[in-house]
Amino acid sequence: MRILVCVKRVPMTGGKMVLTADEQAIETRHLGFTISPHEECAVEEAVRLVEANGGETVVLTLGPAETEEQLRDCMATGADRGILLKTDGADWDAQSTASAIVDAIRAEEAFDLILVGNESADTGNYQVGIRVAHALGLPVVNGLKKIELQGEQVRCERDAGGARDVYVVPLPAVLSVLEGLNLPRYPSVPGRLRAKSKPLAVVEPARPEQKLEKLRLVVPPGQGKQAEILGNGPEAAPKVVELMQQLGVA
Amino acid sequence: MSVLVFVEPGDELSLQALSVARSLGEVRAVSLDGPYAPAAWAAAIVEAAQDSDAIVAAGSDRGNELLAHVAARLDQPFAANVTAVEGDVVTRIRWGGSLLEQARLHGSPKILSVAPHTQPAAEAVPVERLELPADADTSVRVLETVAESSGGVSLRDAKVVVSGGRGVGSAEGFGIIEELAELLGGAVGCSRVVTSAGWRPHADQVGQTGTKISADLYVACGISGATQHIAGAKGAKKILAINDDAEAPIFASADYAVVGDLHEIVPAISAELRRVRGQ
Repeated sequence: MRILVCVKRVPMTGGKMVLTADEQAIETRHLGFTISPHEECAVEEAVRLVEANGGETVVLTLGPAETEEQLRDCMATGADRGILLKTDGADWDAQSTASAIVDAIRAEEAFDLILVGNESADTGNYQVGIRVAHALGLPVVNGLKKIELQGEQVRCERDAGGARDVYVVPLPAVLSVLEGLNLPRYPSVPGRLRAKSKPLAVVEPARPEQKLEKLRLVVPPGQGKQAEILGNGPEAAPKVVELMQQLGVA
Repeated sequence: MSVLVFVEPGDELSLQALSVARSLGEVRAVSLDGPYAPAAWAAAIVEAAQDSDAIVAAGSDRGNELLAHVAARLDQPFAANVTAVEGDVVTRIRWGGSLLEQARLHGSPKILSVAPHTQPAAEAVPVERLELPADADTSVRVLETVAESSGGVSLRDAKVVVSGGRGVGSAEGFGIIEELAELLGGAVGCSRVVTSAGWRPHADQVGQTGTKISADLYVACGISGATQHIAGAKGAKKILAINDDAEAPIFASADYAVVGDLHEIVPAISAELRRVRGQ
């Protein structure tokens, strides 16, 4: 089976958000990069399905040239090849991202399954997978924590407040997944070496006019509280219990 | 301005969305029933919104999903999780609320969802029940709902959550976290590092990609305080952080702090609780 996984390069933000002087981006000079957690699970799921059923996992991203790093990371954990929709680093809104992904998919032999993260860690637009499915006329199911292949269809489970909603859709389909779907493997050293020589196609799509046009980023107020120190070490226990009683939880 | 707002019956987040919808113009509240079928429900909303200048829903799983379908059908932009609207400029959350974005929402109708717990709830209004269009595609729909085995207090609704991070050190290390949570009748939580290491199941994760809690007290033990984690924890009314690194970022998000080794402090708190209860 042929599976496409869409991923996005995002900074590892650590404990504090610091913006660039022009308020257009997070200051990333001292940060590493990764992909969104949901997408790590999407890649793992694709690799497991191909291990069990044969086929190919293709990983696709839209981003600057440096995004090759994330595609190689995905290849190190088992993806077979990559497609980089290369940009100049400017943000693309969800609508133009979906449209570029659709063009790239149409240029490929048909996929049986297209996996995306439910929402990206950074912009959190909650829509790229749905737009892609709509343009391709495919069924789409969101928010999945369990996927089970059943011949030519796929059974999906989604959290529904203490219960799980079940969907069954025919292939090909677009599925948007959540962290918790599986426990992604770490890349092995041989995996990293193999990843270096796996095929990577680079396409440079044109950036259309942005209809959700970012103006500026703002760090919300209320960060940087001054915590009241109750004490050091186990001697602080009586004060902690006193606090719990005050808050009515002990 | 005429505003169509999708409302789920009995849903607090829908009432919060309603208050934003009202600030924009004249509201028409609609809902649907029957088995949830996102694409078909979106088709019904699009049909009902022919004369609407804006389409609004809660920034919930379903609200965001339905509006994404609506936006795809109409080929219009969709701003998810908006906290404020001024003309065609919206403020919306990024990074699960750790950052805000101001953006110009072009296009018509304006399609936006309202970020949960950022607005007061409006009073309920009469809600019109929509019918599915005759040609609606219901092939993607909920076929059945299966119960999940309940494992004690739910993380989302617990009054107290006692949570462990990298500092706990191992799966076995969570024994002292579980003990304190049980004494308080609360739930056990953890950070993403812990679920990635396989020490706890993902269902225990508090964070942007885990559960967003609403406890009265959150006790964060050995958790550094990455923004990914805080995005899930900040719904708690009070945060107590226990960490041996006095410089840990968690202290900038906490109301109360104990500095030191959680392996000594957490059992001492449990012992003190037992002592004051005369156990």
